[in-house]
Amino acid sequence: MKAIGLLSVNPEGHAMMPAVLLPLVVHDLCYEIGGKRLLEGISFRTDVGPRTVVLGPNGAGKSLLLRLCHGLLQPSAGTIAWAWATPEVARRCQAMVFQHPVLLRRSTAANITYVLRLQGVPRRQRRAMMMEALEQAGLLPLATQAARALSGGEQQRLALARAWALKPQVLFLDEPTASLDPAATQAVETLLDHIHRAGTKIIMTTHDLGQARRLADEVLFLHHGRLVEYAPAPAFFSHPQSKEAAAFLEGKLLW
Amino acid sequence: MDDVRAAFFTALGLLIGLDRDLVAIVRLSLTVSLSAVGLATLLGLPLGAAVAVWQFPGRTLVRILLNALMGLPPVVVGLVVYLLLSRAGPLGALGLLFTPTAMVTAQCLLVTPIIAAFTRQIVADLHEEYAEQLHSLGVGPWHVLWTLLWDGRFSLLTGLLAGFGRASAEVGAVIIVGGNMHRVTRVVTTTIALETSKGNLPLALALGMILMLLVLAVNATAMVIQDTARRLYG
Repeated sequence: MKAIGLLSVNPEGHAMMPAVLLPLVVHDLCYEIGGKRLLEGISFRTDVGPRTVVLGPNGAGKSLLLRLCHGLLQPSAGTIAWAWATPEVARRCQAMVFQHPVLLRRSTAANITYVLRLQGVPRRQRRAMMMEALEQAGLLPLATQAARALSGGEQQRLALARAWALKPQVLFLDEPTASLDPAATQAVETLLDHIHRAGTKIIMTTHDLGQARRLADEVLFLHHGRLVEYAPAPAFFSHPQSKEAAAFLEGKLLW
Repeated sequence: MDDVRAAFFTALGLLIGLDRDLVAIVRLSLTVSLSAVGLATLLGLPLGAAVAVWQFPGRTLVRILLNALMGLPPVVVGLVVYLLLSRAGPLGALGLLFTPTAMVTAQCLLVTPIIAAFTRQIVADLHEEYAEQLHSLGVGPWHVLWTLLWDGRFSLLTGLLAGFGRASAEVGAVIIVGGNMHRVTRVVTTTIALETSKGNLPLALALGMILMLLVLAVNATAMVIQDTARRLYG
């Protein structure tokens, strides 16, 4: 990775966002509700570039960690710090896609223009940006259709296109393909790959090991609300350091 | 049975002949009820949406009040508006008693809680679904209300229809504040009450049929809009 002024380029030579938001530094993060501690002592630092996959069994706290980092929830203790941005600026430079896409009761195109208008993109530019986002997602022919009448895979791609329309520096994805069939999953992964190559940092959760192997550059492995392992993907998958991660990779039930 | 048959033919005769009195009565009915629903919409939509979405002290109380006020007796509303607008009342100087404006005011008071309560329920359901996404997009509190109202607009039609049904069918409030004056404040429901008291049942029944036709037409139009919108926007 080399920096050119405010812009930087990734190894493939694509221009990337100005690196003002990352690295993300999470320190001693805790979250509890109703006296029950759901996340405890999570600390990690992640930088521009690698796709970070948060792995772990159900109930490990993966989605919770994403929501905290994205600012949807406030931590009970600990800090979440973006390197060069205040929390307000950080919010504008990141986006999140949920497991079940929440689409507005509008047309496919209007779902994109809604966020563009929200961010004050001038009317003249909105149409071009909307068309670009839909084209990348392969949804341009469906622009005038009701968003909620799209198939599950198309809806998730629209949610991704909407999140990406403003070219966020960080994109959080909470199990984006959990309820999709293999073909729709592949379409979403292709789009994710494109978004990654265009320079957006991807932080996502999944419990699909195959998907984690395909997409992860680094892995955060959570179990019972604790960060058990944080390692580059090849090392994690070939030589897990913890017995919980080893058991998870072998497909054993974790309690 | 004879009354019903006579009513049918009377209604048909009035409609075909475009009776001047009938046209005036129906026009005033529609003007008063639609104006009341329009005003109540302006008040009830934001009120219901705010109660659904925003957290503030006394929110539960407002919610209970809105639900309770849906059953507000029209005669009580008529009486309150009468007292406010009568010469001795605080708004007596405006000289609005026994005018269509007084009738619109009374019906607006009746309809606003209905529209607000419907809106609160519809917007609350929608907010439950949208909340996290809108928060993620950084949508401000006023814009959240507008987004929910806009996306729920076709469902909200049901509330407006309920409001229109209430306004067009009520007689207690408009007869008190309007006075049922010929060609001034006489509407379909007050005419039905008057003709019934005079024993002119066929005319009263005929007017009842016409009123039902009006309500049916308004509801059918709204249903068509709703169905088309669902097809277009999901």
